[in-house]
Amino acid sequence: MFAGLTDRSWLWIAAGFYLAGLLLGTASLLRGGRQSNARINTVIALGYLAQLVGLWLRGRAVGGCPLGNTFEIFQFTAWSAISLYLVVGVTFRLSLLGYFTSCLAAVLTLTSLAIPAWDATRRAHIFGGNPWIELHAALALFSYGVFGLLALTALMLVFRTYSLKTKNLGGWFSFLPSILDLDQISVRLLGTGVALMTASLLGGAVYWLRDPNSVNAGKILVTVAVWAAYSIALTLRLRGDLLAKRFAWTCLVLFGAALVSLGPVDASRHSPVLPPAHVVPR
Amino acid sequence: MSADRLFVLGATHHTAPLAVREQLSLSAEAAATLAALLAKLDGLREFALLNTCNRVECYGVATDAGAATRVQAAFCAQQQFDPVEFAQFQLSLRGPAAVRHLLEVAAGIDSQMLGETEIFGQVKDAYAVAQARGHTGPVLNRIFQKAFQAAKHVRTHTAITAGQVSVASVAVDLAHTIFGALAETRILLLGAGEIGEKTARAFQSRGAGSLTVASRRIERAMELATALGASAMPFEQREPRLAEFDVVVCATSAPGTVLSRDAAAAAMNKRPARPLFFIDLALPRDVEAAAAELQNVFLFNLDDLAKIADENRAAREAELVKCRGLLAERTEALWRHIEPRLASLAPAGDDPRPQSAGAAASEGSALPSPRV
Repeated sequence: MFAGLTDRSWLWIAAGFYLAGLLLGTASLLRGGRQSNARINTVIALGYLAQLVGLWLRGRAVGGCPLGNTFEIFQFTAWSAISLYLVVGVTFRLSLLGYFTSCLAAVLTLTSLAIPAWDATRRAHIFGGNPWIELHAALALFSYGVFGLLALTALMLVFRTYSLKTKNLGGWFSFLPSILDLDQISVRLLGTGVALMTASLLGGAVYWLRDPNSVNAGKILVTVAVWAAYSIALTLRLRGDLLAKRFAWTCLVLFGAALVSLGPVDASRHSPVLPPAHVVPR
Repeated sequence: MSADRLFVLGATHHTAPLAVREQLSLSAEAAATLAALLAKLDGLREFALLNTCNRVECYGVATDAGAATRVQAAFCAQQQFDPVEFAQFQLSLRGPAAVRHLLEVAAGIDSQMLGETEIFGQVKDAYAVAQARGHTGPVLNRIFQKAFQAAKHVRTHTAITAGQVSVASVAVDLAHTIFGALAETRILLLGAGEIGEKTARAFQSRGAGSLTVASRRIERAMELATALGASAMPFEQREPRLAEFDVVVCATSAPGTVLSRDAAAAAMNKRPARPLFFIDLALPRDVEAAAAELQNVFLFNLDDLAKIADENRAAREAELVKCRGLLAERTEALWRHIEPRLASLAPAGDDPRPQSAGAAASEGSALPSPRV
């Protein structure tokens, strides 16, 4: 099934497509031409499908949502960001967002594939067969994907503001979407991310209240800190206290912090460890 | 020779100065009269008149080389212009050069404002009128239709139309980069001079939401507001009501600034999430430069806009070689297709042109008057 390729092979193929999207977009920008949304979306969609197969194979092997190590978390975050892009990007047709998304996905997937240590241990059945815990983890990671996409729109907002303030509007700056469009989409993404993370935390809280010893305090602290930081940012933005460039920089810094927080969260888990193996049994 | 059977004759901004073009320009009535004359001209099988502010051209298909001379004589007689003098200013091309010229005109690369797209519509109108009157036939139909395809191809595959090259259009483009669609934007025009009016019209033509005019002379503001279909407001309210607007076009002749940084800051406090865009076209400047330091406030003055327009113009010029290459290829292919048709044209005196063509033209039906 699936051409007899291993999960990692599929994930390499996906990373290849994301990299191709990045190279295609870069070449187009260097030529000074307008980005072809259809072309870049096709490349991203092909990468997305390959990644979906890879994650599905991995999920079957570990008996649940593949979130058992840093490699899987990075892969799932990239997949979440692409999932959302395929809705947001195609709906709102934000120029250059596809390019930036393929850039983020290529970085996340290639980094995770390039560091074998991240996938050296593979945990199976980490959710103990509880689908609610699995949903909680998947939602939390999906919200990270949303925050990833938010970081991209925030980065574009920083570039657009910079180009207008410095009156440097030529070259690839000319392809960036408008300030208002980027701001509106960023606020929507932030709201979506916070809502998903809130739902995830509420689900996790129910489980934690039943069995407080089952969850590491460090993990709770880090996760709640990330959620609180994003919630505060959303509140300040809606109140008009965090705007424009400062809002964009906040989103970028928060995503960096969120990525860093994945390490402690992953390390804090207690679960049975599978022997090191990279190949899914056929 | 088949090449002599296709020609373009006229005068353009490349060949004739403005004063001459004024004399050669055809009014709607003169164009209709000329069309009626040409429809009866011996040996002229097909023709189309292109009449804009920068060019008056007649594209013709004839059975003999002398037809172009007869067209020229008819045109000079109509415009009461000395034919000898006309020879100094005329554009006269034949065969593939005429085809290529039409392709370049339609693509906007022969325009005074390089890469402008309005000419495309003007060529289409000219062709539509000629076709409706039965003045075109298989040769011109094919050439014009291919010219439209070529123009679209060039616009899509090169950057010849990229960026705006007039200060007013650059200002509107900048507003797009800040607000996206302009349907919801509220524009305030300070000053009722020519450049302000041009910019306001550019905003309106690109779908700006609402426009308010304020001038130190309220009656002038009201007059301009009426002409633009806008509203007027007293000049003194410009700062207290600044928060109501997204784009402020400043074009007064005031000796000092009329909008302060503090006023901009106060406005932003009332609508912090929405950017404020100042377009300062005045000399001396109308907006205090320090306003640009505010978050979400963007300020562009006349020099900034002119610099962008110059850069865009240079970028378009850099695309010229590419455009000409594309059009040369298409000209060659098109010429290969039409040359046998031209060669097989029946000689003069055996004119198969339908009678209705001449009849329709002689009715004096209106042709488009010059469009600026």
